[in-house]
Amino acid sequence: MTAPFDTAPAPYGGIPQRRPQHPPVPLLSDPDAVELTGPVFGIADVGPYDSDLTRQHPGEPIGERITVRGCVTDRHGRPVRGQLVELWQANAAGRYAHPADRHPAPLDPNFTGAGRCLTDDEGRYRFTTIRPGAYPQDDRSSVWRPAHLHFSLFGTAFAQRLVTQMYFPGDPLLAHDAIARTVPDPAARERLIASYDPALNVPGHALGYRWDIVLGGPAATWTEGEH
Amino acid sequence: MPTAPGTPSQTSGPYSGLGLPFPGGGDLVPAGHPGAVALHGLVLDGEGAPVPGALLEFWQPGPDGSRAGAPGSLRRDGLTFTGFARVATRGDGHYVLRTLLPGGVPYVSVCLHVRGLQRHLFTRAYFSEPSDDPLLAAVPEERRGTLLAVPEKRGAGGCPVYRFDVRLRGEGETVFLTV
Ligand SMILES: [Fe+3]
Repeated sequence: MTAPFDTAPAPYGGIPQRRPQHPPVPLLSDPDAVELTGPVFGIADVGPYDSDLTRQHPGEPIGERITVRGCVTDRHGRPVRGQLVELWQANAAGRYAHPADRHPAPLDPNFTGAGRCLTDDEGRYRFTTIRPGAYPQDDRSSVWRPAHLHFSLFGTAFAQRLVTQMYFPGDPLLAHDAIARTVPDPAARERLIASYDPALNVPGHALGYRWDIVLGGPAATWTEGEH
Repeated sequence: MPTAPGTPSQTSGPYSGLGLPFPGGGDLVPAGHPGAVALHGLVLDGEGAPVPGALLEFWQPGPDGSRAGAPGSLRRDGLTFTGFARVATRGDGHYVLRTLLPGGVPYVSVCLHVRGLQRHLFTRAYFSEPSDDPLLAAVPEERRGTLLAVPEKRGAGGCPVYRFDVRLRGEGETVFLTV
């Protein structure tokens, strides 16, 4: 139940001077807390090509086309409806279309790597994209990050906010990844790995992956990784 | 009711700027809007160095106290008060939020995403310091000031300006919350 601040394994980029030292103050006793409600999103927030990252440019991006689908639920199994899911990722060569990414792999003029969608009435989300490449952790590193998609989610309460990463099944790099290992419990880490589901394939077009997401909070947020 | 374990959090990483910021993200109301206030400040690390590219998200009631929010934050129409804002710190670690004072509570809720942390941090920016506020009461007096937005001299067009710095660690470390 303790906040994994200073005891956490070395985080991404190793930035200990950014980790707070004081334990967080619990808000459990305030039923009027604004954090128990949250922002709402709707069709005004998403554009027609936001959920298909392969169609945001005139040409086809290079890479293996995939579709990623799943359900967003709360810890009681209730679907999170009509909420915003955001995605960002590297291209097939493992390069982000971001000025800070100096990895000398090619940019793809037909791929930006940012997407958005809303969950439907059953809490389902769906993206079409390309499988991202692995990339070295920094310029000189001989450690490569496994292929991953960055996800951002909102629940019905601001306290349910989640930013995380989805990994691919069977990736040999996963066992060596310091970021994945910031989740110490192997069973919890498993929940970040999608499964390949042939039933989700788009015939002749894209391979199908399933990844379901469970939002914690309120007041559940600091127990993650311990079950 | 049985509960399922939550999906764990992972760092937002160095490239969240590719996916999360959006135009006008820090402007809950347009410049010059009657009643607009500016909340601004720095995000600083444990050595007092500014943190560029940190992402701050704000959620708050409308001036009428409504917590219902409204769609359209990501593509603002300039008319609707959605209650949600998102703004990244610039290269100098500075952010600016333009908003209306919340109704019913004296604070806006803040969710902070910083590269190098496994999960986001929650805090609050208070525009006043009521003695009966449950959170302020739970915080040791010497740390309470880290939650207070400090009035500064008015900005362009007479807009009230409040200063709210976030210190991630060390001297004057901001109070973060388990929500
Ligand atoms: Fe990444």
